[in-house]
Amino acid sequence: MSFSVKKEGEVVVVDVEGQLIVGNRQELKQKVLDELERGEKKFLIDFSQTGYIDSSGLGVLVSLSKKIREQGGELRLANLNDDLKTLFELTKLDTLFQIADTRERALQSF
Amino acid sequence: MPRTERHGRSPDGRVRVVDVEIPNDVRYIEKVVELVRRECQVMAYGQRQLMLNVPVALTEALSNAILRGNRDDPAKHVHVRAEVDAERLVVEVGDEGAGFDLEASLIDPTTPENLGREDGRGLFLMRKLMDHVERLEAPRGSVVRMTLHRE
Repeated sequence: MSFSVKKEGEVVVVDVEGQLIVGNRQELKQKVLDELERGEKKFLIDFSQTGYIDSSGLGVLVSLSKKIREQGGELRLANLNDDLKTLFELTKLDTLFQIADTRERALQSF
Repeated sequence: MPRTERHGRSPDGRVRVVDVEIPNDVRYIEKVVELVRRECQVMAYGQRQLMLNVPVALTEALSNAILRGNRDDPAKHVHVRAEVDAERLVVEVGDEGAGFDLEASLIDPTTPENLGREDGRGLFLMRKLMDHVERLEAPRGSVVRMTLHRE
């Protein structure tokens, strides 16, 4: 489980490798909040290398989305596989987030 | 590593069993999920069940046991017993806490007023991803039993 953070143009891109669950969600939250504090506004979380996400992982995404919006920023998600899409649909979080099929489309949408 | 770990098959070979006791620490969750998922994979459970239903529901049950049941107390333990056969998975997660009322704890996180909440999706997901979820009385502590029929 790890998170890699890189900058693509003006967008901070976070890759979630492995699971996003109760044991590591704080690490993701802190990494994004650190970037937000540095003044970054555009965030993309890419799930192409993600296994599964639990309720606390979903909770962190909701929390980050709020905090980024409060700072006048935007959060996009990309590359959810079919199982992750089902998870977002079950919880209706697909209606709360802007979700792109690919990283490129997400980057273009800012 | 889990403190105790037993795997095996029933004498007739039709049921695969995972029986582990882990320290009360969320870092053990992924390992336990892998043990159970592997047995389901051997029994040819569906891809969605292997990638979504089993790992997410079991992660929720373990996380509830560790953080709510055992109140994050490092001196406590969580016991997991899974029986997998060609028809269904039955997994029990036991903690040393007083338990909680599954019905009373259930909120609908998908309503407009709850959608922006950060918490409240754990039990909801367990129920959505498993065919049956129930709480059992145990001599010491509380047990949640989840059943999933093979696709």
